[in-house]
Amino acid sequence: MAGAGGGNSDVQWCFSQVKGAIDDDVAEADIISTVEFNHSGELLATGDKGGRVVIFQQEPESKNQPQCRGEYNVYSTFQSHEPEFDYLKSLEIEEKINKIRWLPQKNAAQFLLSTNDKTIKLWKISERDKRPEGYNLKEEDGRYRDLNTVTTLRVPVFRPMDLMVEASPRRVFSNAHTYHINSISVNSDCETYLSADDLRINLWNLEINDRSFNIVDIKPTNMEELTEVITAAEFHPNQCNTFVYSSSKGTIRLCDMRASALCDQHAKQFEEPEDPNNRSFFSEIISSISDVKFSHSGRYMMTRDYLSVKIWDLNMESRPVETYQVGNCCCADKSSLYENDCIFDKFECCWNGNDSVVMTGSYNNFFRMFDRGYRQDVTLEASRENSKPRSVLKPRKVSTGGKRKKDEISVDSLDFNKKILHTAWHPLDNIIAVATTNNLYIFQEKLN
Amino acid sequence: MISTMECAADAQSLISISLMKIHNSRTQRGGIKLHKNLLVSYVLRNARQVYIKEKYAEIYRMQQYEEVMTVCNEIQELNPLDLDAEDAEDEEQAAAHARTSSAIFGCSPLDDGSKEPDPCYYRSCCMEPSPVPHCDQFTANNSSSSSHCNKTTVLDLDTHVVTTVENGYLHQDCCCCDALQCGQGARSPARKRKVEFSCCVSDVEDVSDFTAARKRAKREDCCYSNIDYTDTSNISNLISIFGSGFSGLLSRQSDLEQICSKQVLASLGAWTRAIVAF
Repeated sequence: MAGAGGGNSDVQWCFSQVKGAIDDDVAEADIISTVEFNHSGELLATGDKGGRVVIFQQEPESKNQPQCRGEYNVYSTFQSHEPEFDYLKSLEIEEKINKIRWLPQKNAAQFLLSTNDKTIKLWKISERDKRPEGYNLKEEDGRYRDLNTVTTLRVPVFRPMDLMVEASPRRVFSNAHTYHINSISVNSDCETYLSADDLRINLWNLEINDRSFNIVDIKPTNMEELTEVITAAEFHPNQCNTFVYSSSKGTIRLCDMRASALCDQHAKQFEEPEDPNNRSFFSEIISSISDVKFSHSGRYMMTRDYLSVKIWDLNMESRPVETYQVGNCCCADKSSLYENDCIFDKFECCWNGNDSVVMTGSYNNFFRMFDRGYRQDVTLEASRENSKPRSVLKPRKVSTGGKRKKDEISVDSLDFNKKILHTAWHPLDNIIAVATTNNLYIFQEKLN
Repeated sequence: MISTMECAADAQSLISISLMKIHNSRTQRGGIKLHKNLLVSYVLRNARQVYIKEKYAEIYRMQQYEEVMTVCNEIQELNPLDLDAEDAEDEEQAAAHARTSSAIFGCSPLDDGSKEPDPCYYRSCCMEPSPVPHCDQFTANNSSSSSHCNKTTVLDLDTHVVTTVENGYLHQDCCCCDALQCGQGARSPARKRKVEFSCCVSDVEDVSDFTAARKRAKREDCCYSNIDYTDTSNISNLISIFGSGFSGLLSRQSDLEQICSKQVLASLGAWTRAIVAF
């Protein structure tokens, strides 16, 4: 038993590819800040702190190598956001891409939303493999011909050319958020989407960029009474009227937009009572939810806090139906993690295609998978040492105390600077994308 | 409840680390992170609760009757003046407090026993003397506490908050700004404390609030930059002085002189603000 991956306890994961620089000296602009597969899994988008978006495309499966699914190669790279300066507030706005969300494909072109702290942009990624030739009034290089020399009429024809992928901004949604945007989510109606910052959630129409509706506002009248902020938000995958948002207090609120225009009153509130025996200086930080994701079915949702992953049934608000301890940091000295800011790390989580396995990242470039059906979990590592093609990943084990067995790693030797915050799972196949600081690892299920 | 294993020393360290984080967040690229500062403020609150709880317990222990009696005996032995026992004790306590206040806050000390101390001087030697309605009450409190030695009243010159430690319990008496007519910008200590405490969650929509917070940060910068955040002895000295009562202050004269260097004064001021603000 080597892995977890879709209802089969015998899934083994093997290395497929790694993208990014090999240097240990990491440029801050190259730090990956978000990873997202599109709805078919053919495209994989990453955003980084430098404001760039890199899209990888899966090659068609090769007949020569039926054991391997197609590799992901660079498809398009573009600068999505630039650093800006708010002169009124004397604030610099980072270009870091916080989130990327793909729109369902409607035609030949692909569309995605990318956001930094303040501005959301809708990008159209389209292919061009033909170009018109034989203009009547223009030369081949684009210069206009002297009209006196035009004596005949000819109609341009399309001729094949090398594939060119163009990314063009179709909409810019700006000036709607006072605080830092942390989430965007496309509605199942494919017409609207939401964007969430620390205190507010806005509803947009994809066609209208100069107007949005505020649907959630938790800002108190007196900011000194602030007790919680919004940390993540997502639309229900099937019900276009339903969305959830998580808070720094560890609560998740489900809202129904049919009830009222302003969804300050939640329809459901999901919260697990805190164990008073586990109180510490850092209880509030540890309970803060960093990510919330609906299952593909829409029946469940998953939340990630600093120490655990919880699965909630939408029909039960009192407690999660499943809780998985991520480990690695639960035994570490939390004061040290507080001092070096690691305790503020926001880990994401993701579901596999059939909602049977969940995955999340951790420290030391470890990532964890939890098989819900078989109640098994596995810890794997993304590292250059294990990056031989098709090499099977060996499960890792962290010793929590006492005697350390062979091949186990002690908590003290974990590198808390190497963290996997962003992971993504192919919507259909057992292919995962795991982002370390500045590298993107792609692992596939071993096919026999 | 937070485990008792997480003692005052840990709390103190966390307070200093948290304050530094809040301070650094102002200059971080991208602006103040509301979420992170909110979480830091929670840690600050938790640490403060533990710290104050531990210090209350320490102050209470220090005010045991037997310890006070011992110190009172020492005072009597040291008293050079040929006065009534009660009058001498009053004067010593008043003079000691004046000396201590001036010594702690960097003002020149009074001459010992040269004259009956002006009650107004007790408030602050840095302020203009003015009729103080509470003077008599203050003096009365002084004499009433003389026989019991269970009250200590301290004025924080930065926040103008008068604090009384009585039998191990802290009381904030009043805002002395208006009473003293000090002529300084008048925010109430409670309001000022609140704004200082919550500067990390100030509304960035309100530019004036944000600017004010940044101005406050600048004022504190000169002190913070000189602070050794791991210097626990200053905290302990402050608390032990506050909790010893007037007679205790006299016995610690030599300690005060040691700690009254310029640098320590600057750090004490910041710590005073920090502690009283909480």
